Amino acid sequence: MSFKLDHQMFLVVNVVIGGLVLASMVGFILSRRVKSEDGRGAIDNLNARIRAWWIMIGIFSISFVIGPAGSMLLFAFVSLLALREYVSLISSARADHRTLFWSFFVFTPLQYWLWYTGWYGLAVILIPVYGFLFVPIRLVLSGETTGFLDRAARIQWGLMVCVYCISYAPALLTLNIPGYQKQNAKLLLFLVIVVQLSDVFQYIWGKLLGKRKIAPTISPNKTWEGFVGGVATAVALGTALWWMTPFSPLGALAMSVAIALMGFAGGLTMSAIKRDRGVKDFGATIEGHGGILDRMDSVCFSAPLFFHLTRWIFVSPHPSWFH
Amino acid sequence: MSAVAASIIAACARALAGPSVRWVNCRPSSRQRVYFANHTSHLDFVVLWSVLPRRVREKTRPVAAKDYWSSGLRKRIAVNAFHAVLVERGNKTAEPDRLAVARNTLDMLLDAMGQEHSLIVFPEGTRGNGLQVGPFKSGIYYLWSKRPDVQFVPVYLSNLNRILPKGEFLPVPVISRVTFGAPLRLDANETKDSFLTKAHDAVCALRDA
Repeated sequence: MSFKLDHQMFLVVNVVIGGLVLASMVGFILSRRVKSEDGRGAIDNLNARIRAWWIMIGIFSISFVIGPAGSMLLFAFVSLLALREYVSLISSARADHRTLFWSFFVFTPLQYWLWYTGWYGLAVILIPVYGFLFVPIRLVLSGETTGFLDRAARIQWGLMVCVYCISYAPALLTLNIPGYQKQNAKLLLFLVIVVQLSDVFQYIWGKLLGKRKIAPTISPNKTWEGFVGGVATAVALGTALWWMTPFSPLGALAMSVAIALMGFAGGLTMSAIKRDRGVKDFGATIEGHGGILDRMDSVCFSAPLFFHLTRWIFVSPHPSWFH
Repeated sequence: MSAVAASIIAACARALAGPSVRWVNCRPSSRQRVYFANHTSHLDFVVLWSVLPRRVREKTRPVAAKDYWSSGLRKRIAVNAFHAVLVERGNKTAEPDRLAVARNTLDMLLDAMGQEHSLIVFPEGTRGNGLQVGPFKSGIYYLWSKRPDVQFVPVYLSNLNRILPKGEFLPVPVISRVTFGAPLRLDANETKDSFLTKAHDAVCALRDA
């Protein structure tokens, strides 16, 4: 597993940076124009988000320059931070302590190490099978039965979402796609761009046009207008990036739809958890965005599907219409 | 060297405990203070110390139990890096000696403060389970009666018991929170009971602040 940073990659990164420069300028102009108290709050949040984007893209780019190990390490670290936010919020019993230690310091590194070594067979079952069995076994050894099933399920869920699902993003680097060798970094970039554009444009379209709430009991800020506008914009831009992927334009469109819809489902699901726990964000790590998990919720859900669709179609026998 | 070691340990503690810090009606200051907090974890004094601004923490010394912190690596961390004041715990000594030990401890603390150092103390005297704040031992009252000029600042530490609870030696990196409250407002004629009640209430009030 290695990759080259080719001219397509540089082109896309430059376009992203150009987009961010544009966003920063718009944010600056808005901050000069808007005077009302309400508007100021929204613009300050917008500018905080844009600043955080600069930092996130900077870190992401550095990991690319380092190579596959850099990306694996970056996402392993993201998983640890996400799991930390999750565990902090989903309060755990004293008797969970050692099981949590295993989750953080054994399962998380092991999951990424397996992807790094290319051991596909174990990487895809480590947490769903062995983690699933290990958690209740370790919990039962603690001797505490109060809320047993509930406690076990919470830890299993945290491992699945924060570690297993997120690890599918850098796992894209391990796919051996005929005719696309050493280019997989662009696949990871494609996923991140489509899923994050979908989030960003749902936010923008929602702020501009949002009227009809799409899920009032879960996330009062999400609207039909934001959802449709965000998904459509992300799909359009994702399709326009087909040349950096192994997909045909139609294939890139289908993949973008899958990514954007799963990303939306992920955001909604994690919102339901936050609502249940009575908080707005999982943390305050990223200025304006909340926690790491608030930014990664859509990646958690879209990365596994994108990985397996790509693998199923390009690494196994596949329908010919897709190329 | 010890300052460097302490800074490194403090950085590790901050990475592990990810503390968010809040100052409620109180500001960081390098004037002499006694920070008193609830006690649930061996990490408590390290994390509390690590979130103070650099110039404040250079002048701030934790008070720790001699029976735990006086051997091997722990001693090096506590004494060499943090300049901790190691004191005997009252409940570890036989009844007839208690008064002498308490006097001795008080003298050590006053000596350690001098005219410029602040202290971090845990008036419960032992680690609790993180659910309730236990009753305060009277030592902090006697400290105040000798040094009423010093600010007594309540601190509430959340979640540190989940990072490294009593009886565990491996940490889990849960996000913690350190809340500093307003210095106690005390009358000159405060009794031991009224002082301890005010101090205890001040720490508990920060739990939900």
